Amino acid sequence: MCGIVGLYCKSPALEPELGRHLSAMLVQLSDRGPDSAGVAVYRAPAPEGVTKLVLYHPDPGFEWRAVGGELVDVRARHAVVLHEDERAVRDAFPELRVMSAGRLIEIYKEVGLPREFAEQFRLQEFDGTHGLGHTRMATESRVTTMGSHPFSTGEDLCLVHNGSLSNHNRLRLDLRREGMEFQTENDTEVAAAYVTWRLREGDALPDALESCLDALDGFYTFLVGTADGFAVLRDPIACKPAVLAETDDWVAMASEWRAIAVLPGAADAEMWEPEPSVVYAWEKEQVPA
Amino acid sequence: VTVAAEVEVLDLATTSLRELNQRLHDAEGGRFQVVNPSGAHAVACGLDGTHEVEILGHVGYYCAGMNQRASVRVRGNAGTGVAENLMSGTVVVEGNASQSAGATGRGGLLVIHGDAAARCGISMKGIDIVVRGSIGHMSAFMAQRGCLVVCGDAGEALGDSLYEAHIYVRGEVKGLGADCVEKELRENHVAELTELLLRAGFDDLDVTEFRRYGSARELYNFKIDNAGAY
Repeated sequence: MCGIVGLYCKSPALEPELGRHLSAMLVQLSDRGPDSAGVAVYRAPAPEGVTKLVLYHPDPGFEWRAVGGELVDVRARHAVVLHEDERAVRDAFPELRVMSAGRLIEIYKEVGLPREFAEQFRLQEFDGTHGLGHTRMATESRVTTMGSHPFSTGEDLCLVHNGSLSNHNRLRLDLRREGMEFQTENDTEVAAAYVTWRLREGDALPDALESCLDALDGFYTFLVGTADGFAVLRDPIACKPAVLAETDDWVAMASEWRAIAVLPGAADAEMWEPEPSVVYAWEKEQVPA
Repeated sequence: VTVAAEVEVLDLATTSLRELNQRLHDAEGGRFQVVNPSGAHAVACGLDGTHEVEILGHVGYYCAGMNQRASVRVRGNAGTGVAENLMSGTVVVEGNASQSAGATGRGGLLVIHGDAAARCGISMKGIDIVVRGSIGHMSAFMAQRGCLVVCGDAGEALGDSLYEAHIYVRGEVKGLGADCVEKELRENHVAELTELLLRAGFDDLDVTEFRRYGSARELYNFKIDNAGAY
C-alpha cells in the first residue's frame, strides 16, 4: 500500500493555498497509509550563504536556540533553522536528525494518521510552489519518525515511494562506498540516495531517474521533488498505482484519483496514468522530460 | 442532467458506501443515479438484478465488480479493476479505466470509451471487453475466453500465455507476449467483431481494419520442449 501525493502550482495564485490542498490530498489517502505521514514543501527561499535546515529532536522540550543560526519556526518536534554550516550542527548535536537541507525544501514527517499529522504540523498554513506527501503502510522497516517519508539525501531533493525494493541492502553498501550517508535502514532512503548520487555525478534529473530502472530491483512508483518541480517514475511492471492530472493552474500526482478530486477544478482536469518506465517531469518553465 | 421521477438519487457525499451498496443489493432492479462518487472504491459492486445505475463522476477501485445482469454507466474515469469478475450485464466507462479492467470477468460486456491501462482483461474467462481508445502493457495475460476488442493501440506483451480468448486490435501492437500470434480475420470473426462493436455503440469503424490475435497453442498444451519457458 502507501499513498503518494504531489501538487505543483502552475499558477502563482495557488501558491498561498499549497498547504491546504496538500493536506486535503493526504487525508484522502489515510487508509493507504495509516502508520505515518509526511510532506516536503518548497517555499520561503533561504538567503544567500545560509542553508535552511529542518531538524528533528526526539525530546519535545529540546531548546532549539542552542543549535545556533536563526531559528525560524518550530512545529511539533521539528524546527526550521537557517544556518551557515550544516556539518557543524550535525557534529555538535549527534542526537539531532536532519530532515531536509537546502534553499527551499522543508520536510516534516511523523508517525500517526495523516489527519493528526496535518493538524500537529499546521499543514494548512504552508504556502509554496510545490509539495509532495506520503502516507505510509510499513513493509521494509519499522514505524518510526525517521522511517517515514519523504526521504532527503541531497540539497532540495526528496523522494516518496509506494512499493518496496529488494536490493536495497547491497545498493546501500555500494552507495556508502561512493560517500553517501544514511540515517536509517529504510529501502526508500536508498532510492533517494541513489538519485542524489546520480545527480552528483552529473546526470540531469530525468537521466538519474532512468538509471533507477536498471539499478533498483522491486516495485515502485516514485515521486521526486527538486527545487524546480517534481518527477514521476513507475517500474517496468507498474503494479503500484499512479494518476496524473493537469489543469491550467496545477499539476497533481496521486496514488488514487480521490486524492486529486479534492482540488479546485479537478472535475475538468486532463487525467491519465503514467506509463511504466517513463519519466514524467514538471519543472519551472514546464519543460517535459 | 434531467432526473426522471423514477430515478433514485444516491449521494455519496451524504450516504456511506456501505449504505449505498446495501440499497442496491436490497433492490431487485430499478434506476439509480450515484452522485459525488469522488473516486470512492467498490461503488455498485455485487449487484444481482436488472438495475440501471448511472454514476456521475470518477470512481475508484473495483467499480461494478462481480455484478450479474445489472447495467452500470460511469460518466467519468474508473480506477483499478473496474468490472472485475463481471458475471453478466454491462458496464460502460465514459472516460479512461485504470489497470486490470475486466479482470477475470466471466460474462457480460465492458465498454470503455477512453483508454484502458495495463493488464486490461487479465485472466478474462468469458467477458467481452470493447475499448474505444488504447490499452496498456500485459493486457489479456492468460486470457481464457471472451473477446477483447481494441480500437486504438495495444502495449507490450499483449496476450502473454493466452488461452482461447479472441483479441482484435485496430491500431498498433507494441509487442506480443509468449505464445500470442496474429491470426487470419475470417468471416466468423468479422461477424463477431461487427456484433460486438454494435453492442458497444461504435458503428463508425471499418471492421476489416482490425487484426486478430490468438494463442499459438504451443504453451498451454504442455510439451517437454517448452519446459524452459516455465
